[in-house]
Amino acid sequence: MNEPQEFQPKIIAYVCNWCTYLGADLAGTNRLEYPANVRVIRLPCTGRIDFNLIVKAFEMGGDAVLVSGCHPGDCHYTAGNYHARRRWMLFRPLLEAFGIETERVHFTWISAAEGRKWQQVVAELTETTRKLGPYTGYREICEAKG
Amino acid sequence: MIATLRETCRQLLSDGKVDVVIGYGHDAAADGAEDAPVYPVFITKPEDAGRLVWNDRCHANLAVYLKHEEIRSLGRAAIIVKGCDQRSLVVLEKESQLDRSKIYVIGIACDGLDRPKCRTCDVHEPRGADVIIGHKAAGTGYPCAGGVPSANGTQGLPDTLPDDRYAELRAFLARPSAERLAYWRQELARCVKCYACRQVCPMCYCRRCIVDKNRPQIISTSATLKGNFAWHITRAFHLAGRCVGCEECSRACPMGIDLRLLNLSVAQAAEENFAFRAGDDPAAEPVIGSYAIQDKEDFIR
Repeated sequence: MNEPQEFQPKIIAYVCNWCTYLGADLAGTNRLEYPANVRVIRLPCTGRIDFNLIVKAFEMGGDAVLVSGCHPGDCHYTAGNYHARRRWMLFRPLLEAFGIETERVHFTWISAAEGRKWQQVVAELTETTRKLGPYTGYREICEAKG
Repeated sequence: MIATLRETCRQLLSDGKVDVVIGYGHDAAADGAEDAPVYPVFITKPEDAGRLVWNDRCHANLAVYLKHEEIRSLGRAAIIVKGCDQRSLVVLEKESQLDRSKIYVIGIACDGLDRPKCRTCDVHEPRGADVIIGHKAAGTGYPCAGGVPSANGTQGLPDTLPDDRYAELRAFLARPSAERLAYWRQELARCVKCYACRQVCPMCYCRRCIVDKNRPQIISTSATLKGNFAWHITRAFHLAGRCVGCEECSRACPMGIDLRLLNLSVAQAAEENFAFRAGDDPAAEPVIGSYAIQDKEDFIR
């Protein structure tokens, strides 16, 4: 029983209420198995997802962040995901400049019908994050005193 | 040139066209000493126009004062701007923060003030000003410091070097991400959270800044690395598509933290993805706050 424990990454998923959340729900009702490493946080729309939430996820010990919502054209609020897309197109370069690992920040479009895609995305993400290891870089920053 | 500037302002005030001129000047106690420090001055009486100066220490972006209630209460304002500062006015107007028809813009042709931004300046002569003081002498450059070449001898800078605007950023981004994080760790460790970068920024006009809100407290207020990172990420991103690159935040920082690279990274993304430069085109929609169905990225699955 003393085998070394496999690293279990913490993945924070900010998902939109109308598409990805329902997609994840569908994965559940279909009994599709996927890693339990993902913590799903439901928000009204990707357009609502403040970039600070991504920072917050890392501050609170997240190893990767997933932001997921409706495919372009499918937004419940018409354009929330278009606004979100623009925001991430500007935010990623800022994270790059900070040296925050953008390979830990993922964006996807998953519709309410794509339970399978949700399963795949979460499985892949868990695997890639496991390979990257715990996000010590930002954790050290958050734990530094003074 | 300085005589023209003073005369223009004196006229504006005595004709009652404006109630206050926001400009650069010496402290009254300086008594005209050439090397006296330069402060922002708010001239309300025509006879005080003589306090105005123009030299290579006129770094401040005076647009920041237009957001202050106490300045607004003085009445109609005339503001002295350099080409770079004028961009802030464009953004502020676009964001309904000022009524362009109610302010008088005095542009000063400037050949650079020995700031990093001056090396890639392409607005030596302010656009959209009501009057421009100084002019480009044929082939020689701009009458910086009242016709005297500035300390670094930049008189006669070429008009534009747009390709080099992000050269420093590109060099920085070429370093591995761990090194970049280490760099900011080292820099932001000095931050004391005085928020001078916010106060001096013409675009930070929120009555209540997100960092001062505590329900919820999204940004840790302590001056630890955690709080400093959260703050500087927020500050830089709240300026997305709005920062005109006046570099006042870096200049105001008492700890000498160079925030330019952060602002540049977002500005570069806006320019590359949306062909947008803040304050460049008064007709362009703000980059955040608008969208295009055909926006193209390569990172969303």
